[in-house]
Amino acid sequence: MSLEEILRRLLTFQGTGELLRLDFVQQALIAGALLALIAGALGPLVVTRHVSFAVHGTSELTFTGAAAALLVSSSLVSVGALVGALVAALVFGLLGLRERERDSVIGAVLAFGLGLGGLFLWLYPGRASNQLSLLFGQIVGVSRNDAWLLGGCAAGVLLVLAMVWRPLLFASVDADVAQARGVPVRGLSVLFAVLVGVATGLAVPTVGALLVLSLLITPAAAAARVTANPVTALLLATLFAEVAVLGGIVASLAPGAPISGYVTAIAFVIYLTCRALGAVQLRRASRPQPTLPAAPAR
Amino acid sequence: MTTRTDHTPARIPARVSAPPAVRLSGARLAYGPRVLWDSLDLDIAPGELLALLGPNGSGKTSLLRVLLGLQPLSAGSVAIRGQPVRRGNRTVGYIPQQRALDPTLTLRGRDLVGLGLDGHRWGFGLPSARRRARVLEALDAVGARHYADAPVGLLSGGEQQRLRVAQALVGDPDVLLCDEPLLSLDLAYQQLVSELIDARRRTAHTAVLFVTHDINPVLPAVDRVLYLVDGSFRIGTPDEVMNSATLSQLYGTDVEVIKVRGRLLVIGTPGNPHQ
Repeated sequence: MSLEEILRRLLTFQGTGELLRLDFVQQALIAGALLALIAGALGPLVVTRHVSFAVHGTSELTFTGAAAALLVSSSLVSVGALVGALVAALVFGLLGLRERERDSVIGAVLAFGLGLGGLFLWLYPGRASNQLSLLFGQIVGVSRNDAWLLGGCAAGVLLVLAMVWRPLLFASVDADVAQARGVPVRGLSVLFAVLVGVATGLAVPTVGALLVLSLLITPAAAAARVTANPVTALLLATLFAEVAVLGGIVASLAPGAPISGYVTAIAFVIYLTCRALGAVQLRRASRPQPTLPAAPAR
Repeated sequence: MTTRTDHTPARIPARVSAPPAVRLSGARLAYGPRVLWDSLDLDIAPGELLALLGPNGSGKTSLLRVLLGLQPLSAGSVAIRGQPVRRGNRTVGYIPQQRALDPTLTLRGRDLVGLGLDGHRWGFGLPSARRRARVLEALDAVGARHYADAPVGLLSGGEQQRLRVAQALVGDPDVLLCDEPLLSLDLAYQQLVSELIDARRRTAHTAVLFVTHDINPVLPAVDRVLYLVDGSFRIGTPDEVMNSATLSQLYGTDVEVIKVRGRLLVIGTPGNPHQ
């Protein structure tokens, strides 16, 4: 296949208009918008708390849970994914309290979970496309029930996040002082892991395990490059996540390709752009060394 | 010594003797068989600045944790303004050591100070003019207003530590706990930060407990010293504690304290070459 041919296959909008009128496509867009909303809202704290790797681990174990559920019944995939994600989130949330061993434990558990998930898929007698969709995502995977589950969970996650936002931000940026001020730092760490688990569990059956990172981390990492205001970062990350997901779904329609490639590409372009903008901002803002106020005469 | 013995039972508290800002009575802290300190009686008056010195592992930070309500005493009692200590006491401010912050941290100086005001409260925290004004006032008090919108991770250690002072003072505390706030700052900023803390307790009568490994940057402001070494301690004015005889007795070895140009040099403390 020539390069031109490849590009033509990947970048086509022939028939996109008709496809957008289809029910399942619209369901996928709604699901994607809801996912981007939660991911964008949680992302900045994931980046601030340096738990990207734990999110990755959670998404792999979510895949394991979904694959196990697929063996029982294909209608249980969402439930299996949520269970897998919550188990992973609780394990990592409790482990996260001991920062030093966190990395290696996540790595060990993640590899085991991925291997186990692979075995489950091999045991699965059904169509291969179901298997692939758990890893790379496929929008036909979104049923009406999934969309309702997604909507309810998204509302729950956002509500809880709004209720704990201030102390959670405090604990994330400034754990020692937050603890000294009476913020329940450990409890919030576990709660946050559960919120991330719910988001991941919802995302895996729709966008696939590999894509979770590009929704939860890339938009927030991009936002962190252009603003230091935590609330602006929250809004920007949500906007970036929406653009990546909705843009990715629409772009994947005509070629009929898995959406993950499109979503990750858009997210990555946004990230690179924000990095460049941030570098320019920084150069402009670089000021002479801060001066001390006049020292009193000694 | 385990409990406070009331010599004057049912005494009506007189108006003239307001409760001390901090009171430790017969306080003991032990981790298993290891006793950090025992029979510690200490009153800190409003507006008093007490320096807490001692080698690593002598229980300085643990004492702060006790006052923050994060660490229960093994025996004895502890009160802040006559009330038992509890977590998240609004009348206690806390300044930590300066630590390098992530340069990409999405947080501005005004956010850091704002978290000191209401970061412990639940909810999203909608912006209000009153909150904004209090944060700006705290920023002004430490001369940090002009960099209030810069990312905290890009500020120098001294600039960050001024924000820490503002963060601790914005809640208007009666007791200020400082855990080595001057560590890793250069001399000019050490002096500036200790002056800010000194000014606060003079104007607002805030009691200050100042943990430090080097007394010199705060020496002019210190009222009393609590020196902890291996389970024993001395309390007194700097002159009473920071002398060769007292420290030699505390450490159980020959320690010499020399005064050079207003600075105290402590020589011969085991395992603490920096002094």
